[in-house]
Amino acid sequence: MTLRQPHSGVPQIIALLVILAVNWIVSPQFFDIRLQDGRLFGSLIDVLNRGAPVALLSIGMVLVIALRGIDLSVGAVMAICGAIAASLADSHSLPVTLAAALGVGLLCGLWNGILVAGLGIQPIVATLILMVAGRGIAQLITEGRIVTFTDPALAWIGGGSIVGVPAPVAITAVMLLVTLLLVRGTALGLMIEATGGNERASTLAGIGTRAMTIAVYVWCSLCAAMAGVIAAADILGADANNAGLWLELDAILAVVIGGTSLFGGRFSISLAVLGALIIQAMNTGILLSGYPPQFNLVVKAVVVMAVLLVQSPKLAGLSAALRRRAR
Amino acid sequence: MLPDVSAPPLLEIRGLSKSFGPVHALEGVDLTVRGGEIHALLGENGAGKSTLIKALTGIYSRDAGTVRLAGEAIAPATADEAVAAGIATVYQEVNLLPNLSVAQNLYLGRQPTRFGLVQRAEMRRRARDLLAGFGLSLDVDAPLGEYSVAVQSLVAIARAVDLSARVLILDEPTASLDANEVEVLFSVMRRLAARGIGIVFVTHFLDQVYAVCDRITVLRNGRLVGERETARLPRLELVHMMLGRELSEATHDRAPVVDEAKGPVVAAFQGIGKSGYLAPFDLTLRRGDVVGLAGLLGSGRTETVRLVFGAERADCGSVAVDGRPVRLTNPREAIRHGFGYCPEERKTEGIVAELTVRENIVLALQARRGILKPLARREQDEIARRFIRLLDIRPADPERPIGLLSGGNQQKVLLARWLATEPRLLILDEPTRGIDVGAHAEIIRLIRQLCAEGMALLVVSSELEEIAVYADEVAVLRDRAHVAMLAGADVSVPAILAAIAGETLRAA
Repeated sequence: MTLRQPHSGVPQIIALLVILAVNWIVSPQFFDIRLQDGRLFGSLIDVLNRGAPVALLSIGMVLVIALRGIDLSVGAVMAICGAIAASLADSHSLPVTLAAALGVGLLCGLWNGILVAGLGIQPIVATLILMVAGRGIAQLITEGRIVTFTDPALAWIGGGSIVGVPAPVAITAVMLLVTLLLVRGTALGLMIEATGGNERASTLAGIGTRAMTIAVYVWCSLCAAMAGVIAAADILGADANNAGLWLELDAILAVVIGGTSLFGGRFSISLAVLGALIIQAMNTGILLSGYPPQFNLVVKAVVVMAVLLVQSPKLAGLSAALRRRAR
Repeated sequence: MLPDVSAPPLLEIRGLSKSFGPVHALEGVDLTVRGGEIHALLGENGAGKSTLIKALTGIYSRDAGTVRLAGEAIAPATADEAVAAGIATVYQEVNLLPNLSVAQNLYLGRQPTRFGLVQRAEMRRRARDLLAGFGLSLDVDAPLGEYSVAVQSLVAIARAVDLSARVLILDEPTASLDANEVEVLFSVMRRLAARGIGIVFVTHFLDQVYAVCDRITVLRNGRLVGERETARLPRLELVHMMLGRELSEATHDRAPVVDEAKGPVVAAFQGIGKSGYLAPFDLTLRRGDVVGLAGLLGSGRTETVRLVFGAERADCGSVAVDGRPVRLTNPREAIRHGFGYCPEERKTEGIVAELTVRENIVLALQARRGILKPLARREQDEIARRFIRLLDIRPADPERPIGLLSGGNQQKVLLARWLATEPRLLILDEPTRGIDVGAHAEIIRLIRQLCAEGMALLVVSSELEEIAVYADEVAVLRDRAHVAMLAGADVSVPAILAAIAGETLRAA
């Protein structure tokens, strides 16, 4: 029997360093960072800034996956919440706009959570419903157009900065810290790992698996709502057709690169975020290298395979055997 | 029929050794199985039985030693090679597919085909013939999962033997069977032995060893203790060989019935039942008392404890804890009232395999404290260390994933999980199932000790001798209904058997 151990994070860190090194080779000014108008600029900052939405998604997704679930609807939730934020921004104050967008995100999560934990529908099917319907709902909100806004308060969320750090990066970092505090600062992390590892045993041990599952889907949707607001604020408008399109797959990929198994159980939030950064570092690197962006997908696949192979217990056993033979 | 002693052995293992790092799991072990004999392979948990079987069937590579099958040296590198060589294995947990039909399970991966198409009719016919050879008449089109575990085991054996087996290894096939089913299995085993197949039988039930085995090989701590003929080996000596020490026969004597005042009632169940699940029953659990639940497999024992624990919702009846009416609609509420439950299905309902021993121990306590009151790591370590020492859990490493522990030690960890919550009522469903003799005695000792400390216990067990030893009262079930309640001096194996059979025991 192979049992996964707590994650060391070494393969992920090495992967990120290798990609950053390659980026530095193709673009020698990759690590240059300069301060301009009170905000940091540079390719490295760009990786963090562009990577923020997927990083946010992966923070929620890793918890869902740890519970043996999956949330395909996060891209659609991004579109819905982005559309709401863009539609309300010019007529309402920022707190109202944010509350509406995040509130709808919460409802989306509740819907997913109740379908999965309440009605016992398989997560992939349950969240597929909102994945398909959500984009339609977003289009209804924007009435099929690209809704633009000029409200500087909302625009700040996409383009502003706090002590030089771009706002999306700061928001993602805060979300990461809050989530880590909620999950690892309490007993929630242990309970999620137990439930993902063996739900029946966990229920019999007295864990409220149902309420916890709903809460986790809600948190995942809230992360997606935040990502949707950032994406809309960034382009000063909401494009219901393209906002967050396919990002659920990037988020799942980030979680898997971060070493969390789709079979649930042991998980690492920080490594999932690291996974999101690995994906974005590759995207940025390919843009910088001047190759057509189509290469991106192939390169991504290769890197993902490499990271997964390094984590594979079979390969670890094989390399250990080779090392023994060499001695 | 005793096998011909002069014949060359069918399977001959000499000097087999296997180490995992610094740990010697097997050191120079011999095993000789003759054609047509049933050979018991015995030993406590960790004695090396599983390692020996895995080394023999190609799952582990061996470090030293030879294996000869009918005089010919073999060295299977994979399980498939072992099967091809003629060594088939059936494990305790049946490795078949419950959603496929009986016939499909028998011929999975080797379906009779013509022009690349599966010949279903031919497959069904062969399946019926094969099973008839075992004295079984099943609907071969029915999904395997519809049959009892016993029948599933027999189908697994039929499949294994049909894969041209000359040696059949049965690894604890009887662990979840009731007495009648065991008899059916034994008759199949005798039939196979009569055909000249050599059977290696691993079990924890000594009665079964004496009922069916010709010879016995005992392992202890990875070494061969000895090989004996069953008929010439007194039971006490066998236990001595297995444990390496004299085991007092105490577990077979009933503690004197002291007619003291009954303890206060912890929980009283009245008319609790669920239609289509279990007929309504009454049950009163007192401080310091053990209530046993006896009955055949499927009679409603596990159903009873699941209703008591709230894991299944009752649709009638009332529950009072400490005299106050309560509603038990889920395990959380039961746990809040101080209940604990070690389920029968250790793997699917008990352990969380990839979590550590420490995490598995603190799980229920943590769940009761709530998410917002996490146990500090220091407290967790302290609790884990305390119970590892108290229950002698091995290896004594709190950070080892529980899935890597043996069954007996996993069971101890689950007991620790509940003892950490300091329960007032502890429910144990088959606490000694699939556990070696030593751990068995320890768990019975523990049950008595907990009871002396004032805990109420509700224990399900298929081993009637065991129940008769420690239970103050025994509820007997038949066909999903409680049919009798035995108390005090009436608690005896014959009385329980009579109640199960539906007779009243006449005073002798």
